[in-house]
Amino acid sequence: MVKMSYAEAAKLALAEEMRRDPLVWAIGEDLGRGGVFGQYLGLLDEFGPERISDAPISESAIMGASVGAAMAGTRPVVEMRFADFALCAVDELINQAAKARYMLGGQVKVPMVIREPMGMWRSSAAQHSQSLESWYTHIPGLVVAVPSTPADNRGLLKTAIRSDDPVVYLEHKNIWGYEGDVPEDETLIPFGKGRLEKEGDDITIVSWSAQMHIAANAATLLQAEGISAELIDLRTLWPWDRQMVFDSVEKTGRLLITHESVSVGGFGAEIAATVAEQLFSVLKSPITRCAAPRVPISYAPPLEAKIRVSSEQIVEAATKSVAVSTGFK
Amino acid sequence: MIQPPNQNIDKDWFLEHHIMMHRIRAFEETAARANQDKLVLGAIHLSIGQEAIASGVCKNLMKEDFLLSTHRGHGHTLAKGADPEAMMLELLGRRGGICKGKGGSMHIADASVGMLGANGVVAANINIATGAAHAIKLKRETNISCCIFGDGAINRGPFLEGLNWSGVFNLPVLFVCENNGFASTTRTDAMTSGEGAAARARSMGITATEVDGNDIISVDEITREYIANIRNGNGPHLISFNTYRLHGHTASDPASYRPAAEVETAWKEDPIERCSELLSRLGISRKILNEHRKIALEEMERVYKTAKEAPWPSDDNAFSDVQDLGDPREGAF
Repeated sequence: MVKMSYAEAAKLALAEEMRRDPLVWAIGEDLGRGGVFGQYLGLLDEFGPERISDAPISESAIMGASVGAAMAGTRPVVEMRFADFALCAVDELINQAAKARYMLGGQVKVPMVIREPMGMWRSSAAQHSQSLESWYTHIPGLVVAVPSTPADNRGLLKTAIRSDDPVVYLEHKNIWGYEGDVPEDETLIPFGKGRLEKEGDDITIVSWSAQMHIAANAATLLQAEGISAELIDLRTLWPWDRQMVFDSVEKTGRLLITHESVSVGGFGAEIAATVAEQLFSVLKSPITRCAAPRVPISYAPPLEAKIRVSSEQIVEAATKSVAVSTGFK
Repeated sequence: MIQPPNQNIDKDWFLEHHIMMHRIRAFEETAARANQDKLVLGAIHLSIGQEAIASGVCKNLMKEDFLLSTHRGHGHTLAKGADPEAMMLELLGRRGGICKGKGGSMHIADASVGMLGANGVVAANINIATGAAHAIKLKRETNISCCIFGDGAINRGPFLEGLNWSGVFNLPVLFVCENNGFASTTRTDAMTSGEGAAARARSMGITATEVDGNDIISVDEITREYIANIRNGNGPHLISFNTYRLHGHTASDPASYRPAAEVETAWKEDPIERCSELLSRLGISRKILNEHRKIALEEMERVYKTAKEAPWPSDDNAFSDVQDLGDPREGAF
């Protein structure tokens, strides 16, 4: 194992894949100087400006040209700078990239990775802080990855680059510097396989991305109160590891889902509905969601904090859930 | 291999154009009839009156060159070398359709001849064609990319972003604007500030010109010249062809928003008749030229008959070609 940051792990993954496959290239604003968050630092020296390519501030062209370049046989890694800016290229991603293969009856594929740094980070306010992962899960044709650790960021990004599908790859800005152990060999992490962050018996907590760390802290606090929480990091939302969630809920009988994004229409709702459909009879208490209120993200830290779901809120909700029993089981 | 016409005009070359233009016209007329027969399932947009651009441009492309087109793309697709039977099957949504019945008219494509798709979103293919050219450059290949779009597309953002991009990266791409006068059912002039596609392209440092798109000689010559420049590494070029959409926006649009006299005058500039006139002046008999239309109509009649008799695609097609990962049926009824 090697210790490295979430950002370094992604950089390593990209460099490894670019060395392996000359058709892999990265394109986005300010990549030459290392990217906005330094996640491309040093890559220009090794791969040159054609493969670590700067782009004009033209999100629609960055996305659309990458669709064409993918259809024409290369594997672009598209840097969107902030997930919020990808909204300038909605047609290119949703109408074009996601659907080209289907519309053309399988005549083409669109192997591209769309890196979208997401989430709340240092008072960035409403246009630089959003978590829109649930939008993408709604679109047939897209893969959605939401890594939370350095090891996952390396393993999932490598899988994303080798995928023939367009992959929306959401890295959380607040954990670029988060350090963790990364395997020394090139471990690829398959999509649709969750990671068991912590085993437990009393309640299943499902999370992803940076919120997973807040949930992990909550699980530790719960343990101190004598509540044994099982924490699942989904890692990808399409496809998502239904089986891991089902197995866990069958064991615990309780489910709490927590994500940084807005609760209404969030992916937590999909998980809750699926579990309610499949495992209604094993549930001991109502499924709980801990996610953001439906307000734009604020600038001032105390206002921003009102939107963030804290470990304490998760503890409170989990404690309440464990206290309730429907008597089904 | 492409045989360019010589100084004195290569009759055979233009006879081939004449045949292709008639095939496009016959395909469109047959599609219009299929639409009246209520066998075409969605909207279709006919290119009647614009055949010289399709034939003139595509004949100068190699099979390996990429072509991206518009919602009005039947003619371009046919001229790039697609099979009209598979195209008609697609328009009718039948088994054997070129996109397996999943795309219809607005997503018609034939990747085997480099035709990477029409598009239902105006201007969307400008960026995609630019990206295909970017891939060509990265792979050090010698083919080029060509994007045909309508005059309405120049008022969408991808026109600016894609053209700028193609210039910044000096990409092998030919932009072709078919200025048929109408953006959907509104006159383009009324909704366009400034001098249009070529002037806008030049403002971004892209070589561009405006040409009579109903004159097959002009279309052929300018396309050949620009493509040679592009293949020589001279970056993107744009041609704006002036033409006229002789039918409505869709096959069901009577186009009553324009005076009959205007359309009547426009028919006098019919590109096929102008090509026939040219060839007859070069000594080709009218009998032979008329035969081209007859043969084309017979071909498309056969194609239509086959399509009408074909079964629907099998149901499993609804769930294939979505993506490699995940079950598309998950969570559904």
